[in-house]
Amino acid sequence: MTPRQRRLALVAGILAGVSVAALLAMRAFQDNVMFFFDPSQVASGEAPVDKRFRLGGMVRPGTVQRTPGSLEMRFVVTDFKRDVPVRYEGVVPDLFRENQGVVAHGRLGRDGTFVADEILAKHDENYMPPEVAKAIKEKHGGVMPVNPDHKAVPRT
Amino acid sequence: MDWTWFHKFGSPPHVYRLAGTLTPWFAWPAGLLIAAALYGGLVLAPPDYQQGDGFRIIYVHAPSAWVSTMVYAVMATSAAIGLIWRMKVAHAVAASCAGIGASFTAASLVTGMLWGEPMWGTWWVWDPRLVAQLVLLFLFVGYVGLRSAIDDLGRADRASAVLAIVGVVNLPIIRYSVEWWNSIHQAPSVMKMDRPSMPIDMLAPLLMMLLGFTLFFAAVLLVRLRAELLRRERAAAWVKEVVS
Amino acid sequence: MSDFFRMGGYAVYLWPAYALTFAVLAWNVLSARRALREAKAEARRRMGLRPEPRS
Repeated sequence: MTPRQRRLALVAGILAGVSVAALLAMRAFQDNVMFFFDPSQVASGEAPVDKRFRLGGMVRPGTVQRTPGSLEMRFVVTDFKRDVPVRYEGVVPDLFRENQGVVAHGRLGRDGTFVADEILAKHDENYMPPEVAKAIKEKHGGVMPVNPDHKAVPRT
Repeated sequence: MDWTWFHKFGSPPHVYRLAGTLTPWFAWPAGLLIAAALYGGLVLAPPDYQQGDGFRIIYVHAPSAWVSTMVYAVMATSAAIGLIWRMKVAHAVAASCAGIGASFTAASLVTGMLWGEPMWGTWWVWDPRLVAQLVLLFLFVGYVGLRSAIDDLGRADRASAVLAIVGVVNLPIIRYSVEWWNSIHQAPSVMKMDRPSMPIDMLAPLLMMLLGFTLFFAAVLLVRLRAELLRRERAAAWVKEVVS
Repeated sequence: MSDFFRMGGYAVYLWPAYALTFAVLAWNVLSARRALREAKAEARRRMGLRPEPRS
């Protein structure tokens, strides 16, 4: 090998080594890297028990109930396979609405209700003017259709 | 195959003159594109059906983020070329990239915070995408720090090149973090195989901004490269020629 | 016109984002040009040449 080929091999070796190390680290920390768990993961017991975690999914249309005269609210988070009911007291971000991505931080109660103390809204990568959105909604009976394989809720 | 064109890039005076000639050819289109995209993004593009006018932050956030990763790719590639072919000009290119990259990474992080607070409901969360972008900032800053810590130029070039190459691992992590893990950050709207997720009147200013920022980076890099070459070659005869 | 600056209520987030990004662009232009100017001046000094007259 010429010195140049040796240096080329060295660079390739560094890249390969670091990639393998990163891959192994990512596998080992898979659960910690997850920013949130979806309802299917909660149902299959992947989410931590007796510990705070984040629950992510879509707000199921027609399930948002507010208690009059207080900030308490209940709604259902779904990934279109499993549902988790959520209870929350507080202010929600601008983009919190039905059929919209949501990430709730809190813990899972014994009765299967997720008690949240922080609500974040998650939006998808689609942008459109209001008129277009209105036309699409009208075509689908008044609700924005959710493409089940879009990435608003990954791994579902 | 004739490799003289490649070897010419190893010649500092040739690259110095070429960089000087090329700079305006990148700078002017960059300025025009950014100005036009600014008008298109702030005035012509319609508001988003959910985020209203707030979505217009995309026209500065996405291009900053795109350029930050592209600068890193250019930096690491030239560092590797410098390491393998012992090419001083390539090391000079890598050294000229770091400051530019750090500034755009910082811009992408802060504009992201300013977008996240009203839309997501938080300035910052320890989300995989956000953390990976923060790591990119540390890589750029670490690269600058490492270079300034080593007095010998040759050693500084080699050590910083290894750091730059190791950090390349972070690039696919930034790109695919939103697909590999559950993330609060949405998937890419433009930089994907599928067709873009927005209508043309929203998309056109964004594409112009992306191209404008890319050309801007090229122009700034060429100016910094010339300064870097002068510093490195201060004893060479060609430097005397170009400065007198 | 004031509607434009209000940006549908997002002005406090949007304008700082634009201001910061263009500050970064400006910094890049100025710092690159300063680096080139200083490198040229330094090279001239080392070669015992007179500083370039300000044009």
